[in-house]
Amino acid sequence: MTLESKDIEAIVRAAAAEAAPLRIRGGDTKAFYGRQTNGQLLDVSGHAGIISYEPTELVITARAGTRLKDIEAALAESDQMLSFEPPHFGDGATLGGAVASGLSGPARPYTGALRDFLLGVVCINGAGERLSFGGQVMKNVAGYDISRLMAGAMGTLGVMLELSLKVLPKPTCELTLAFAVDAATAIATTAKWAAQPLPFSAACHDGEILRVRLSGSESGVNAAHQKIGGEEVADGDSYWQALREHRLPYFSNTQPLWRLSVPATTPATSINGQWILDWGGAQRWCVSDIPADLIRQQASSVGGHAILFRGGDRTSEVFHPLPAPLVTLHRRLRDAFDPKKILNPGRLYRDL
Amino acid sequence: MTTPMPKLANTDPAKKQSLVDSLRAFLPSASVLYSDEELKPYECDGLSAYRQVPLVAVLPETVEQVQHILRLCSARKVPVVARGAGTGLSGGALPLADGVLLGLAKFNRILEIDPVKRIARVQPGVRNLAVSQAAAPHALYYAPDPSSQIACSIGGNVAENAGGVHCLKYGLTVHNILKLEVVTIDGELITIGADGLDSPGYDLLALMTGSEGMLGVIVEVTVRLLPQPESAQVILAAFDDIENAGSAVAHIIGAGIIPAGLEMMDKPAIRATEDFVHANYPTDAEAMLLCEVDGTSAEVAEQIARVEDVLNSCGATEIRRASDEQERMVFWSGRKAAFPAVGRISPDYYCMDGTIPRRRLSKVLTRIGQLSEEYGLRIVNVFHAGDGNLHPLILYDANKPGELERTEELGGKICQLCVEVGGTITGEHGVGVEKIDQMCVQFDKSELTQFHAVKHAFDPDGLLNPGKGVPTLRRCAEFGAMHVHGGKLPHADLPRF
Ligand SMILES: Cc1cc2nc3c(=O)[nH]c(=O)nc-3n(C[C@H](O)[C@H](O)[C@H](O)COP(=O)(O)OP(=O)(O)OC[C@H]3O[C@@H](n4cnc5c(N)ncnc54)[C@H](O)[C@@H]3O)c2cc1C
Repeated sequence: MTLESKDIEAIVRAAAAEAAPLRIRGGDTKAFYGRQTNGQLLDVSGHAGIISYEPTELVITARAGTRLKDIEAALAESDQMLSFEPPHFGDGATLGGAVASGLSGPARPYTGALRDFLLGVVCINGAGERLSFGGQVMKNVAGYDISRLMAGAMGTLGVMLELSLKVLPKPTCELTLAFAVDAATAIATTAKWAAQPLPFSAACHDGEILRVRLSGSESGVNAAHQKIGGEEVADGDSYWQALREHRLPYFSNTQPLWRLSVPATTPATSINGQWILDWGGAQRWCVSDIPADLIRQQASSVGGHAILFRGGDRTSEVFHPLPAPLVTLHRRLRDAFDPKKILNPGRLYRDL
Repeated sequence: MTTPMPKLANTDPAKKQSLVDSLRAFLPSASVLYSDEELKPYECDGLSAYRQVPLVAVLPETVEQVQHILRLCSARKVPVVARGAGTGLSGGALPLADGVLLGLAKFNRILEIDPVKRIARVQPGVRNLAVSQAAAPHALYYAPDPSSQIACSIGGNVAENAGGVHCLKYGLTVHNILKLEVVTIDGELITIGADGLDSPGYDLLALMTGSEGMLGVIVEVTVRLLPQPESAQVILAAFDDIENAGSAVAHIIGAGIIPAGLEMMDKPAIRATEDFVHANYPTDAEAMLLCEVDGTSAEVAEQIARVEDVLNSCGATEIRRASDEQERMVFWSGRKAAFPAVGRISPDYYCMDGTIPRRRLSKVLTRIGQLSEEYGLRIVNVFHAGDGNLHPLILYDANKPGELERTEELGGKICQLCVEVGGTITGEHGVGVEKIDQMCVQFDKSELTQFHAVKHAFDPDGLLNPGKGVPTLRRCAEFGAMHVHGGKLPHADLPRF
């Protein structure tokens, strides 16, 4: 069903008038993520379609309800891609959902995060006003960077209608290499390699094997392979996809799944259990029942943070608690966009 | 941009004295400047057409002092303007007659270079180039390289989201920083961002970047360092037609090549720089491109060949490849000296900064040429073609009555043109006081109101750099600009060239 932006505007206005919460939904593939929010369903998946795509501009603009797979298919026709490799977590994943959750895939440490590629947004704030920020050009410093503020805000600052993203050419050559090393060696080795001008695009240690991906021109990839060695992995692509989509057997565990974001060189943790060290060690997955406080403390102590990514109690805080002055700022910002707190209330933090 | 900052004629001398006394109670006396003579060096930034001596200037050395200053100003409702190196080109660091100028020059220490984590932790007053120099022994560097990099500060870079020649491939300031320590207007010290690749909650790191000193004072910056590329090569290509040069830019990108830098100069720019630095530029050409690629030696060789093919097919009249590192530096020397070179051929120049979709390049340049004729003011173009970021330099003479006003009007027209073709009034220099009226062209009432609401969340009393960046609705009403959003309004489909 198609949904016009003015219909969405009307729904938000009406909800604002009654201070009635809305639960914004795209493809419903990331319902597991963030806190539980209760409100009238606002399904924006019908607001879909690519608005403009000019390969020589390296920019695509699409409605927020557009499916990620449709965007990726359109880009692939011109040998281009979303270089931050957004996880889909389901067939219906939409662009709006990807931006709201702000998640990036295996290439993140090397090519950048979703927010790095976000150029512009048209959204409706909590007062039902249609607003446009940023645009379709690479450099734009007119006004505050509200586009990037939307990335990872879990829909609490606006209902996104249209998004413009920078895209990049697909690398002409990719190669995945495997090394049988322990976690400590993997962390040290990837850090050492990352300080050299080598065309890395992913690095993940699963407890036993370190896999790295090289992307670029054939000559560049081959030269790097010569340098670092390793055993060629035949179906490298499907490994990185499975990792990104959490389809590796590791992720089928029913225990809570934690995501730690820490400096990549942080030593392997003392918390027991099997870990997956993605992003060259900067994003760590841990399936564990251990108390939230303990795992958060671990993350904080090394300057990082922990998210209860999947499972566990979705009515408790799932994102890492903020220090007091930042809590105040977050409340005020939320208030600046959505004074009645009708957009996905509580999805990011309980009192936000 | 025709109205300078409102001057408050009657700053009460007793009020000033009491402020000075309070500041001197916790700052060394050499850090509190208040005589006209001492204040004069701070009266303007790189946009020297606007000048205003502040009420008081302070040069703190510690974070505690900054916190104390902001607490004091907050309590007394005194506005505060932060200043880095003062190289800004939009008047962002222009002082206020009734305000405190907070200079960060003494925050000039590199606190940490960690070659394993590949980060540098620096104070905000550290010069951009100094970071790369300090990282060089580890074969690392800080990627954003504004042309002003020998002078401008990292704090100023964050506040403006500065870019540079290599941003096409390596991103702007926002893509290359990890963490900030910021003092809020209440004097509270907050950490934004993290040592890891992301942090919980809203992306305040993005929001702070480019906020022009209006949300907080940055007192520490952690930047990402990148490995120096194994090799780099630059090509110089001449064109007898500016349209061909413009289309070559689009075709290089279209061919799937992301150059490390892709810069363009028009004939007046080529001639002015050639006279100045003798880089052996093709002075008969209508336009010239500098295209740099970097990577492993094999990659570079492969890409250079592809770039040459594209340039040939787009009608380049001459293609030169730098034969060695020394010649590469010579090729770049002209581009890097372009602004001062233009400074030699005109008493004054005004630097514009609009960004447009690349495909509109040649048409916009043609239209700028027409405007230049209409106004009888020469325009020189030297810019970041790869990301569509124009820098038309309008040449004028401030001593000729009315010429600055006409220049500003012409500048306004160019801004408007950029918005009309789907671009923006500023790509990297910021709005400041300079383009504040043009903000009314790019944004409508509710968007401006949203910006003010964001500002209010950080600074409810509006004490941080007031009057910059975002115009009041009243100002827009007085300016009377037509809001032309994203090229959609008005009559975007009518030919304008
Ligand atoms: C010849 C020349 C070439 C240039 N080339 C480029 C270029 O290629 N790319 C580019 O992007 N810019 C360029 N610029 C513009 C300028 O150098 C940049 O905007 C630079 O980032 C400003 O840094 P600064 O330290 O001089 O800041 P200032 O001019 O001192 O201040 C700029 C703004 O930042 C705020 N600010 C400064 N420090 C802080 C702080 N610590 N906390 C909070 N707010 C702060 C100020 O209030 C002001 O609004 C050029 C300028 C010149 C003169």
